[in-house]
Amino acid sequence: MPAAPYYSGDKQFCCLGCRSVYQILSSHNLSNYYTYNEVPGQSQKKNPQFFDYLDEEGIAADLIDYTDEERTVITLYIPAIHCSSCIWLLENLYQLNPHILQSRIDFPKKQVSITFRNKEISLRQVAELLDNIGYEPLISLQDVVKKQQGSNAERRLITQIAVAGFCFGNVMMLSFPEYFGFGKLDGHYRIVFNWINLALSLPVLLYSAKDYFVSAWTNLRKGILNLDFPLALGIAVMFVRSAAEIITATGSGFIDTLCSLTFFILIGKWMQQRTYHYLSFERDYRSYFPVAVTRISEGKEQPVPLNDLMTGDRILIRSNEIIPADAILLKGEARIDFSFVTGESAAVEKVLGEMVYAGGRQLGAAIELEVVKPVSQSYLTKLWNNESFGSQKSKIRTFSDTVSRYFSIALLAVALSAGLFWINTDLNKAIAAFTAVLIIACPCALALSSPFTLAAVLSVFDKNKFYLKNTEVVEQLARINTMVFDKTGTITNPASGGFAFTARLTETQQQLVADLARNSGHPLSRELVKWLNKDNMYAADQYREQVGRGITGRINGHEVKLGSAAFLGLQAKTTGSVVHIIIDELYCGYFLSEQQWRPGFKQLAMQLGKNYDLHLLSGDQDHDRQSLAPFFPASRQLHFRQSPQQKLDYISTLQLKGAAVMMLGDGLNDAGALRQSDLGIAVTDDINNFSPGCDAILDGAAFAQLPQFIRQAKDAVKIIHMCFAISISYNAIGLFFAVQGLLSPLIAAILMPISTVTIILFTSLSARFYAHKNKLL
Amino acid sequence: MNMIFMLLGFSIILALVFLVAFLWASKSGQNDDLYTPSVRILFDDEPRKEEKAKCDEDHLKP
Repeated sequence: MPAAPYYSGDKQFCCLGCRSVYQILSSHNLSNYYTYNEVPGQSQKKNPQFFDYLDEEGIAADLIDYTDEERTVITLYIPAIHCSSCIWLLENLYQLNPHILQSRIDFPKKQVSITFRNKEISLRQVAELLDNIGYEPLISLQDVVKKQQGSNAERRLITQIAVAGFCFGNVMMLSFPEYFGFGKLDGHYRIVFNWINLALSLPVLLYSAKDYFVSAWTNLRKGILNLDFPLALGIAVMFVRSAAEIITATGSGFIDTLCSLTFFILIGKWMQQRTYHYLSFERDYRSYFPVAVTRISEGKEQPVPLNDLMTGDRILIRSNEIIPADAILLKGEARIDFSFVTGESAAVEKVLGEMVYAGGRQLGAAIELEVVKPVSQSYLTKLWNNESFGSQKSKIRTFSDTVSRYFSIALLAVALSAGLFWINTDLNKAIAAFTAVLIIACPCALALSSPFTLAAVLSVFDKNKFYLKNTEVVEQLARINTMVFDKTGTITNPASGGFAFTARLTETQQQLVADLARNSGHPLSRELVKWLNKDNMYAADQYREQVGRGITGRINGHEVKLGSAAFLGLQAKTTGSVVHIIIDELYCGYFLSEQQWRPGFKQLAMQLGKNYDLHLLSGDQDHDRQSLAPFFPASRQLHFRQSPQQKLDYISTLQLKGAAVMMLGDGLNDAGALRQSDLGIAVTDDINNFSPGCDAILDGAAFAQLPQFIRQAKDAVKIIHMCFAISISYNAIGLFFAVQGLLSPLIAAILMPISTVTIILFTSLSARFYAHKNKLL
Repeated sequence: MNMIFMLLGFSIILALVFLVAFLWASKSGQNDDLYTPSVRILFDDEPRKEEKAKCDEDHLKP
């Protein structure tokens, strides 16, 4: 709460915006909003947004889900949704405006789906209403509202699991008497039960397990033996043998094993596919750029879609809007925030006639610019024309990919030799042994070990604010040997905390220091001046500067020296960005700019530097070279003034030398490098904010835990190896019976679930154990 | 003896009903958002202004 809050009745508000929201709400009898949470809503200091482009039919048509004569349905992404009060208010929109018929929130996705009467209220008015009550919809070029395509595949999988589960349950019920043996009296039930079982196995085989056959077949044609091959083979053999046994009434087959196996492996698949709905890993500049921009032609302002923007167009950028294309400033004062591009939060000022690159956000009043390059050809955006964005990132060979090849070959060899061994003595036994091997060695436990381990690790990471795109990233993380850091916003803290000072300076001394530091262009000097916050009083005489080391001068008759310990001839005890002060040959202490790096960066760099090859790629000037040099093994691994394209190229050069590169970046200018690297991690301080396309999103608060995450990933790979050993030993037990042709359905029915349960327990327990060991839980 | 077959039929039909119910729920998107409904159920239907005033009057009456 600020010192002088805003009032409405007896209530206090932090700003005018919040008060007006309260007034809107209370006038519509919606004050319950304030009862569901202590501090609902967010501070309303932002400037109003302009939604006039939503009146353009062409633009609106792309956004709308459904429309007819009367009503329109639209799904909007609202980043501000964060608490139960938000849900309550946004679902009560119909009370604010009677023409809004219904609004439904999807909280995890931060989306609201609004149905409104399009005759009485326009899309623009809906957007403005939302903006007025503090829920500004984010409408961008690449619509961030996820269309339902992704969830269809997931729903299909759920349906497959449900069908398999239904059949599994019923088959188990009908198989139970078999386990205890039918008596003489009820022996005739067996045939009926078996036939029902066979019927129940059909949907499992033909629907639930279908994907395994398809995948095994397509891979086989490409000459790849993946894990789906032994699974599909096992399922097929199980079905054929069971059907043969049941039809000839010689036995009851392995229907129970077939159903349970399919059910479990499908659950494993589902675990692997689960994703974070509220995070997007596929963002590029389009999800950040607006859909339209205001063009000025013949003195008239008109919104045009971004794709129609052409070179030579004159555009109007209002406060808080994004400059969508490289342009020249024609009118107004440009104060531009490039934090999305570079990660640097300090605004950049531009003068008339200067080139303004796309991607910046105008902070000052409205400006007018002339477009010099089309949107897709701008300095920043042309990065996405690079070929690395055209192709899919090549999939890594996971452990189970590698293993399954040898596993399949060995399995076939054992099955064939068991069959051949018996073929001369007993043909029936030969067939029994051959099929039994394929059934019992069906790598159910193996297929489950990776998804369950990795999903457990993913949830541990998730608790520590490290979000991975999928489970494969864990294995990738364990293989990394080279790390590349971006500087601004990634290893520096965007909210720089200023200076720590070891001794007290009097007001006059502070004045002297400020007046001297004002003369230097060094970032530390500038920060110092800003921090001291003194008006200019004296001019400096005999001012001398040794770039990057220190400055001296006479201010108001006093001899003032600022700089590094070496420059001033002091015994250095501190590390980091330190400015020592000497006034009239008297040592006054030093300023320490500790906050410059993210907390824990030093320890992190020291720790990782032992095992990993560290590099730095920065788009900035090299004034931090001195202070960063100690963290990186060789100065040639520090690179400054890198363009987005150069960053990308640098990564591919490293990869050509055989390195497995992890890139840590934050801005759009790192997008190419993040994409090109083997593992791109976007570092961000607010996961709901924009982050470029990447494999993982790391919350800035968890930055220091990076070595722990890597260790956990390595342990996860270790767990998968152990699971492999466990499932192989279960297989060995089963094979012992199988090769002798002695495998009874009962043994199979016991062994399969036991091995599955063992694996699931082992993976989740050991993942937690290692998480404790790595101090992540 | 025939009772067993009847029970068998019933149990499978009952299970099928549940399966179909689940598939219908999944298809109609009920499993897509598992969080919001849990909050939505807790919201009260607040009385309208006139009703509220009436309520207050009622309370004031002896």
